[in-house]
Amino acid sequence: MTAVLPARSDRPVGGRLVDQFEYGLDAPICLTWELTYACNLACVHCLSSSGRRDPRELSTAEAEAVIDELQRMQVFYVNVGGGEPTVRPDFWHLLDYAIGHDVGVKFSTNGIKLDKARAQQLARTDYVDVQISLDGATAEVNDAVRGTGSFATATRALENLAEAGMKDFKVSVVVTRENAGQLDDFKALTDRYGAQLRITRFRPSGRGADVWDRLHPTQAQQRELYAWLLANGDQVLTGDSFFHLSALGESLPGLNLCGAGRVVCLIDPVGDVYACPFAIHENFLAGNVRDEGGFQRVWQSSELFADLRNPQTGGACTKCAHFDACRGGCMAAKFFTGLPLDGPDPECVQGYGETALAARDLDLVTPRSSVDHSHKGPVRGQPTLLGIPSIPSKICDESPLAGLDLR
Amino acid sequence: MSPAAAPPAVEFDASAPWQKARSVALRPEPFGALVYHFGNRKLSFLKSRTLVAVVESLADHPTATATLVACGVTEAQRPAYVKALADLARSQMIERRTA
Repeated sequence: MTAVLPARSDRPVGGRLVDQFEYGLDAPICLTWELTYACNLACVHCLSSSGRRDPRELSTAEAEAVIDELQRMQVFYVNVGGGEPTVRPDFWHLLDYAIGHDVGVKFSTNGIKLDKARAQQLARTDYVDVQISLDGATAEVNDAVRGTGSFATATRALENLAEAGMKDFKVSVVVTRENAGQLDDFKALTDRYGAQLRITRFRPSGRGADVWDRLHPTQAQQRELYAWLLANGDQVLTGDSFFHLSALGESLPGLNLCGAGRVVCLIDPVGDVYACPFAIHENFLAGNVRDEGGFQRVWQSSELFADLRNPQTGGACTKCAHFDACRGGCMAAKFFTGLPLDGPDPECVQGYGETALAARDLDLVTPRSSVDHSHKGPVRGQPTLLGIPSIPSKICDESPLAGLDLR
Repeated sequence: MSPAAAPPAVEFDASAPWQKARSVALRPEPFGALVYHFGNRKLSFLKSRTLVAVVESLADHPTATATLVACGVTEAQRPAYVKALADLARSQMIERRTA
């Protein structure tokens, strides 16, 4: 294979990688692939508004064809998610198929299917990474956003993985206003299982838009997070998602750049290709893997991705002294809060985001995705953050003595 | 991660025979190449096409220095390329070849 993206005349020769990446790559460095919209949980901040399976989801054969294509394009690993990917009956088959075709898999799960047997199977498999989602270091904080019992499910999976001798598994945390004060507790919890901590940024994507005002970290929390990352960054993974914090001073380790459509993208369960996992909206839809030419053609030839593969040259941010550090922040965060894409990130640490949010038209309707697979009926253990009463998992869970300290 | 795939790091000796590590793949990119090690799952980048040619052809020449000469790397550029190869050796992307 030789490089196929046109060597645009304005692409610099040599120089920093971050400048090269703005012009895109022949294939993603790694991409996110959501295998299903089905999920046993109903997290209030779900980035993909998951819940119900979509009848148009890729079949096993179609998913295998995507893997074949990723192998040909030398995409060396994919981040698999959902929905809850392990509820797909062919999940374990597709995992083996990908590994057998030189496409490594890192999958995110709430832990529902990771019993002792599966944990042992994973521990025996090279080239697979597991990350268990947890959004509170305590059941109280976690279950308020992920649902009653989800902390217990996740920690049981962690125990099973540790007991099976699995190496390098991850605990994946989305940093919110509720858990931002628990970073040391997350680190301690993760160390206890011999796992690695991964923390990522909360975006107003999917159902996250509904709770973003309440859950996104405050400016003070962002400064604490930045200090914590500078002190602990070498032991903690971040998916390079906090690059907007780099405008506070020293750059954080990793790639400080929006990779959407340039070095990353999303393949959703029905095969639609979006610029990034946080941008499930028709404005960021580049094509479908079922189209003629498959994923490769979408990645290399879509007009949308060609548009994204340019450095930002205009807009308010380019005049800011910190632009080289934060590069204007997260495209999805701006879009779903109704801010212009060439202006500040809503969480701009220099305070320009708050000003921009305050200056929005009163009658502005923020963009919403038409893709919504949220559960329509009640879900067992449904999170209560929004004030929806939770459904007891068993009738006897609602004991008249519940909550009484009888000691 | 396979523990067997992590031999101890080697000092880089440009007068020795080298090759691209057997578990490493190169993916061409407009700026150079992406380098991936299937054993330790490390990702790296080659920032020039000449460096790509050097890494690809290490196995065809008796020494790393001979490879640099064959790929047209000038005397003046050589220290930068030796340093790049030393970095690749440290991250196990290239390995010593037995003659």
